[in-house]
Amino acid sequence: MEIVIIITILLYVLSTAVYFAYLLFQKNYLHQTGFYLLAAGFLCHSAAIGYVFFKSGIVPVNNLHETFATAGWAIAGVFIIFKYKYNLKILGVYAAPLAAVVMLIASRLPVEPEHVKSVFNNIWLVFHAIMLLIGEASFAIACGVGIMYLVQEHAIKTKNHGFFFKRLPSLELLDTVGYASIVAGFTMLTIGLITGLVYAKTVWGRFWGWDPKEVWSVITWLLYAALLHERLAVGWRGRRTAIMAIVGFVVLLFTFFGVNILLQGHHTELIKF
Amino acid sequence: MLDIVVLGLNHKTAPVELRECLAFSKNESAAAMETLKKYPAIGEIVVISTCNRVEVLMTTANTPKAVDAVKTYISEVKNLPISQFEESFYIHEGDMAVQHIFRVASSLDSMIVGEPQILGQIKEAYAAATNKKTSGVILNRLMHKTFFVAKRVRTETGIGDHAVSISYAAIELGRKIFGSLEGKKVLLIGAGEMAELAVEHLIRNRIGSIYVANRTFKRGVELAKHFNGKAIRLEEIPDCLKVVDIIISSTGSPGFIIKRDQIKGVMPKRRNRPIFFIDIAVPRDIDPRINTVTNSYVYDIDDLKGIIDENIEERNQESLKGERIIEEAVITFWQWYESLDVIPTIVALRNKFDAIAENEITKTMQSLKHLSDNDCQAIYKMTNGLINKILHDPTLFLKSNGCQGDRSAYLDITRKLFKIDE
Repeated sequence: MEIVIIITILLYVLSTAVYFAYLLFQKNYLHQTGFYLLAAGFLCHSAAIGYVFFKSGIVPVNNLHETFATAGWAIAGVFIIFKYKYNLKILGVYAAPLAAVVMLIASRLPVEPEHVKSVFNNIWLVFHAIMLLIGEASFAIACGVGIMYLVQEHAIKTKNHGFFFKRLPSLELLDTVGYASIVAGFTMLTIGLITGLVYAKTVWGRFWGWDPKEVWSVITWLLYAALLHERLAVGWRGRRTAIMAIVGFVVLLFTFFGVNILLQGHHTELIKF
Repeated sequence: MLDIVVLGLNHKTAPVELRECLAFSKNESAAAMETLKKYPAIGEIVVISTCNRVEVLMTTANTPKAVDAVKTYISEVKNLPISQFEESFYIHEGDMAVQHIFRVASSLDSMIVGEPQILGQIKEAYAAATNKKTSGVILNRLMHKTFFVAKRVRTETGIGDHAVSISYAAIELGRKIFGSLEGKKVLLIGAGEMAELAVEHLIRNRIGSIYVANRTFKRGVELAKHFNGKAIRLEEIPDCLKVVDIIISSTGSPGFIIKRDQIKGVMPKRRNRPIFFIDIAVPRDIDPRINTVTNSYVYDIDDLKGIIDENIEERNQESLKGERIIEEAVITFWQWYESLDVIPTIVALRNKFDAIAENEITKTMQSLKHLSDNDCQAIYKMTNGLINKILHDPTLFLKSNGCQGDRSAYLDITRKLFKIDE
């Protein structure tokens, strides 16, 4: 299995390099190659995760190493879907290195021996983890698109068309993709939180435990809910949405890491996210 | 051996007054080609005339005579003494002529590098020449190569990218804001050549409805009719701002017509949809501080000019790549052209036959090991004699003047028939 993961990382890194070349030289064949490399990496990665799942019946999210690796898989997957739907080529310049870096970090983290407790063998938990990771990957994409939006808007507003102006797509497309990825992320986050609650009920007999992770997850959820509400109610778009997507992702990262490091709760006890 | 010569003038060597005087209309250039073709010194000829250049491309056995003939002809037809325009003319010969024509067609020699019209104009000129049968083997090949090179330069370099006119620059910006311009609503305030041109470009991008506001309503109605839009009164502009996406303004008003507070107020009603102001007026019509309002963008004439300057600079950078492509193409074309000389062709033909004979003899000899050396010599001798006899008449024909004037055509055919170019 080790070798498949190494190939996966290699493909992600190669894809990153090719996408950077695309950023510089703007040749169509470059982004196509980059995309195929990433897609190949994603297939390898899926095979690895599927293999583990069918062998032991668990989703590899039991420790930081596995969670990172699965997060990398989710980022690649979500990117492939968005690229396919919106043909936002330049997004690869953000997504490919992100997936590569996440995988490289994962490979440096200690692989702890598998100590599968019965609490992990639960369909709700599988759902909970997978949905949240896909949601978080969508938010990561939203954050990247938000950054691109701000860069492009800055170029247009200041009338100083530099390196990025011609390389980035229209504000409208960036806004649309950003919005779509937030909607996707929010849906996944909601499902992930609900399944988490149901899981908590089945294991601990209660829905809600004021665990810091739970509290922060709800704060994140409220933040994105507010963003979507403003968009639907008063038509928030463009710059504000982009900034909110970035802020939201920072909060999300805190929920993902910060809470585990700074605060104690049952998620950390189980060395799990 | 014939020479390829370009004789002409362009925007760099001649002022516009002179170019106007010397420009040929379509009929005039067709007539010129027909008449000049009859001159003994001139072989093939193509005349290219645009508002920026007059070029006479020809093959000739006697360059000074041919050049004189063309100059005299122009002087007679245009009723202008030769001394008046002689100094503006440039003459390129041989591979320099080939390079020149490649550069012109690729739009590297244009006033605005990368403008696409010139290639079409050259194609038209060439079509007229083929029509009048004034071009032959050499110019046909040269022109086809020219079109090929021009296309290559356009696709492989960025000389055609980036807008270099105000209206195109505005549209390019609009695309960066709105993505597609399809269905976007446009408000034109005032009138003016540049503004109307911009609207026409927008229409080609399939925009939605067009509103026209003008100080004199009657003029507004006329313009609206022209664009198939709707005329509104100046007082209606604030209302209109709720729906339109692109505003092009070009009035003679001394003050701002649309102010920042107005836009701030209208944005919630627009549900923050982006709005793009193109201010072509001097003094400006649109408050530049509107640019600081979220989702609204203001570009005035200077901003657009700034973009154009940048774009021109970028095109010039790209043209360096174009020069390299052209240099390569000149070399290959020139190799072909030089091969059209008689001696190299005859030598190549002879070599080809010798090679075939050599090959066949070697094969045959392998199964005829019992032959003595003398026998072998006889076979060699006979083969040589055969080749000499076969090539005797074609060689004489190519060397003689039997192929009246158009020797290059026969040379070209010979090379093709016997596949000597490979």
